[in-house]
Amino acid sequence: MMTLNDKKQKMPMLTMLSPITSMLIFLVVIPLIYVLVLSFCKTNEYYQVMFTFSFDNYKNLLSPSYFQVYMNSIVIAAITTVICIVLGYPFAYYIVKQPPKIRTILYMLVIIPFWTNSLIRIYGWKSFLGASGLLNNLFVWLGITHKPLELLFNRGAVVLGMTYTLFPFMVLPLYTAIEKLDLTLIEASYDLGARKVNTFLHVILPLTSSGIFAGAIMVFIPTLGFFFVSDILGGGKSDMIGNLIERQFGSANNWPLGSALSIILILLTLIMVRLYTKAGGKLEDLG
Amino acid sequence: MIFMHNTRPDRTRPHLIGTLFACSIYLFLFLPIFVVILNSFNANKTKPYATFKGFTFEWYIKLFDNPALLSSFGNTLLVAFASTVLSVLIGTLAAVGMHRYKFKGKSAIDALLYIPVVIPEIILGISLLSVFAWVSIPRGLITLILSHVAFSTPFVIFTLRARLSGYDLTFEEAAMDLGANRIKTFAYVTLPLILPGILSGGLLAFTLSIDDVIISYFVNGTVKTFPLKVMESIKSGVAPDVNALSTLILLGTTGIVLLTQSGLFKSEAKS
Repeated sequence: MMTLNDKKQKMPMLTMLSPITSMLIFLVVIPLIYVLVLSFCKTNEYYQVMFTFSFDNYKNLLSPSYFQVYMNSIVIAAITTVICIVLGYPFAYYIVKQPPKIRTILYMLVIIPFWTNSLIRIYGWKSFLGASGLLNNLFVWLGITHKPLELLFNRGAVVLGMTYTLFPFMVLPLYTAIEKLDLTLIEASYDLGARKVNTFLHVILPLTSSGIFAGAIMVFIPTLGFFFVSDILGGGKSDMIGNLIERQFGSANNWPLGSALSIILILLTLIMVRLYTKAGGKLEDLG
Repeated sequence: MIFMHNTRPDRTRPHLIGTLFACSIYLFLFLPIFVVILNSFNANKTKPYATFKGFTFEWYIKLFDNPALLSSFGNTLLVAFASTVLSVLIGTLAAVGMHRYKFKGKSAIDALLYIPVVIPEIILGISLLSVFAWVSIPRGLITLILSHVAFSTPFVIFTLRARLSGYDLTFEEAAMDLGANRIKTFAYVTLPLILPGILSGGLLAFTLSIDDVIISYFVNGTVKTFPLKVMESIKSGVAPDVNALSTLILLGTTGIVLLTQSGLFKSEAKS
């Protein structure tokens, strides 16, 4: 790599790499270590952080009421991921199969909703599904129901919001994986007498699994932390781990407990990423 | 390639079921945006402003009587510009440096870059908040900008890295052999070669910044960006002028991105 004169390299190398190094140290590494430290601290009666060492926060987090929230988070994240795969795969496949010009347009149409703030779009869902929203008005007008239905503030609404927000993160890696498919292998499979179903299960699916894995990680992990979706559409009735963290750093004002919750979320993330790399996934595909 | 296209086994006719399915997915993706646009023209003046009661431009006019909303949008643009410039600077230097040199700790930097990308945003938000409070940096525009730099720089680097992977160091050596100094070499040789990557990385950083809710929510202090203003008004029931501003922003961003996209494609084709 280093073909130019070695001694002259030191200065430019430092100029190029010290900004990123200091950014990573001061804005990523130190903050995360500090959260780890905080997670072993306590607060006094004035909500100030006391730098003592104890496992109390973690002990508190083992109580059943917290477990219920962890389970709810994992269930919502898992359902969201599965729905995104089931809807996203055929959708991405359909786009790839279009002629190049239409393909570019269809691809752009997946990205355009991103340009409206995600909160606004979630609010759009809220007002669509609300008691006096369009959907309920339509239902009453069609005579399906006399009283507006309560479509918000339950787990289903949260799953809908999460699926909506994260769907493109599933489609884009799937699109890349399906686009790279070597068509000669599919032809070979047909030539050798395999039917469509078998070709899909034994040739297409394994060859595009990298996209499924990358998409699953990019949907599952953020779902755990998107507190505003479960806040707005779940209305506090379907709390996730993100809501608990937000509350401890907000109204409850117990940063050490919130830090311990964050460490649990980080561990969960690390386990997922480890599973992903063990299954042969590459970190580059997540960028 | 052309040959392969012709022999595609299942490219015989557009699939009706497939098309219907794709259309319903697009309907799903655009539905809440239609609702927002519709509500921005809704003449209904009673909370929660949901039932459609006729067409009006009133909210677009009212928008300009709402200085708090407009200044939140100004803050969003300011934070987005500043953080984009910083992350593009840091990211470009880093991407070129990491492409050019082998050094101790390179794999560590590589691994650390994935942290802001992979961990849930809320973790980055609360950890930055904790550190800002610890070293008593007053929370406001500065902490917002720093935080946005933290999450967008890795994306700039990844975008540039893809661009640099096909980039040959010998161009730079040639320039230096011909007597150009480092700065001239960078300005006249390296920069033009990687400019499309810098532009798309910058565009990505800008988009991430203007859309960010979660990290800004923790580090903003009393400064409100547009998404945080939206968050505030959702809790009290969104006044339709927020819908009006969102509609205008959607129009604006669509226009800007379409323009830059076509510009990018041109410079991509040149090189």
